[in-house]
Amino acid sequence: MGDKLDILLNILSVSCYEGLAYGLLTIGFFLTFRVLDFPDLTMEGSFPMGGATAAALIVYAEWNPFLATLGAVIIGVLAGLITGFINTKLKVTALLSGILMMVGLYSVNLRIMSGSNIPLLRHDTVFDLAGQVLGLGKMGLAIAVAGAFALLAFLLLTWFLHTEIGLALRASGDNEQMVRGVGADTDKNILIGCAIANGMIALTGSLVAQYQGFTDVSMGIGIIVTALASAIIGTALFRPNRVITMLLACFGGSFIYRMIITVALRLGMSPGDLRLITSVMVLIALTIPLIQKLTRGEWVPPAPRL
Amino acid sequence: MSNVNSQPVLKLDGVRKTFSPGTVDEVVAIDGVNQEVKAGDFVTIIGSNGAGKSTLLNLIAGMFPPEKGGKIHINGQDVTNLKEYKHAAYTGRVWQDPSVGTAKILTIEENLSLAFSRGKRRKLIHAINRNRRSLFKEALKPLGLGLEDRLTCPVGTLSGGQRQALSLVMATISQPALLLLDEHIAALDPTTAKTVMKLTSEIVNREKITTLMVTHDMDIALEVGNRLIMMHKGKVILDLNRKAKSALTISDLISAFEKASGDKFADDKVLLKAD
Ligand SMILES: Nc1ncnc2c1ncn2[C@@H]1O[C@H](COP(=O)(O)OP(=O)(O)OP(=O)(O)O)[C@@H](O)[C@H]1O
Ligand SMILES: [Mg+2]
Repeated sequence: MGDKLDILLNILSVSCYEGLAYGLLTIGFFLTFRVLDFPDLTMEGSFPMGGATAAALIVYAEWNPFLATLGAVIIGVLAGLITGFINTKLKVTALLSGILMMVGLYSVNLRIMSGSNIPLLRHDTVFDLAGQVLGLGKMGLAIAVAGAFALLAFLLLTWFLHTEIGLALRASGDNEQMVRGVGADTDKNILIGCAIANGMIALTGSLVAQYQGFTDVSMGIGIIVTALASAIIGTALFRPNRVITMLLACFGGSFIYRMIITVALRLGMSPGDLRLITSVMVLIALTIPLIQKLTRGEWVPPAPRL
Repeated sequence: MSNVNSQPVLKLDGVRKTFSPGTVDEVVAIDGVNQEVKAGDFVTIIGSNGAGKSTLLNLIAGMFPPEKGGKIHINGQDVTNLKEYKHAAYTGRVWQDPSVGTAKILTIEENLSLAFSRGKRRKLIHAINRNRRSLFKEALKPLGLGLEDRLTCPVGTLSGGQRQALSLVMATISQPALLLLDEHIAALDPTTAKTVMKLTSEIVNREKITTLMVTHDMDIALEVGNRLIMMHKGKVILDLNRKAKSALTISDLISAFEKASGDKFADDKVLLKAD
């Protein structure tokens, strides 16, 4: 009986930490894919880059882990700016801009780490530093630190997305013609949006690397699908129609997605199976509208190509 | 008359626009237009399908530049090669499709705030504050649609007519030098179209905004405004002042067209109306 409660609590607290940490990444995904209508695949490279940068700064440069985390965010912001630049100035499609970045960043990440991974075991991370002050257990610390970053991001973004600049950014994914019509530069909005999104994604990368005690160049593979799964779950549950519900949906969706994954692992699935589970989950969610249409005998348009 | 008033609000010199030049799809949409529009003018623009009316407004709004040699001045400023979003400092626009003028995911007040910042530098300050809110309410009240009590509703929940009325307020709230209306009532049902047209005249008269309005409705073209321009194959073929147009009927207008163009008047929308 006590065992079962322990397991339940453990699942909940792991999901809570992961929901907060990956919620930042899901917000990044949501900002580009939904708010800007800019399908940005850069995250497959900027997520491991966050981990690689933080780890390299902590281990090789012996930076304070909080500064190293900040460094990771800045590198992520730069990556997003480059993606935005390729699209808006060099006129390459959003999808291809992201793919070029994702492929290119793989090599950059190897350079940053001077290898394919960095162990962080004998180095203090943000979690260790916070532990010296707070003195919580491992899970409690993880939740406290991820929660602090999540709260900070939540407050900053809630503020920013309600400013004049933030408003123009939110409108440009909905109606670019109108945004230019009222005199806002849609190129600038894409640059800002990609920068913020990849900064958040790199932040998640750096937190995950520090929590698990190592970083690896292959850490980002398939991350886009987990972000998509979290966003879909969050959208379905919270039906976000304003900024605050949108941000909460990203955290909530990540929490539930991570819980499903944790339970699946507990049930004996191998970590290698998780990607397939995620893909099938997303596929099911995406085909629900189709099935509804078919059962109602409605007309189904041909598949979109983009 | 002061010097400022005698300067035309809009000046087009040798403006031409060819789509897909040098290909089999080449279309000369605007074929050398020279026009001046004075402050306070309300110009209605008519012409058959493909005459180049929308292209002309798009050129003025900076969606694309005219061909080399053409010049566009607004309030004496050369705006020929400005980017579209910079043109917006001078021009407010309402499109035919009500969904183009507004962002459906934003609330009414957020849409208005976006438009309120037209021509100003957007800052990292809250887009909505108490002052602005009361200003937006004042701007919406004359519409008589009750939108002033729904400031925080997403625009996606409004009807087409309500969205178009809101677009109109958005296009005029920051007092643009020039208001460009491209068949902005054509997609509305007749009753709503009438209301929005009435609102348009009210706003334009109250704010004294220089306006160009494309319409397929000959009655409206004759009745509204103080000047009428007729276009054909990328050229202005008829230009009537208030006095000249007040004496005309629709059939006068059509025969004037056929005389000036040497062509039959072909406008599917107008023929439909005549049935
Ligand atoms: N983006 C474009 N690409 C290619 N051709 C275009 C484009 N826009 C307009 N044209 C062509 O330019 C010509 C003028 O079109 P325009 O839309 O200005 O006509 P219009 O007078 O507004 O007609 P309507 O009354 O049907 O709205 C047409 O022959 C049209 O096919
Ligand atoms: Mg047109």
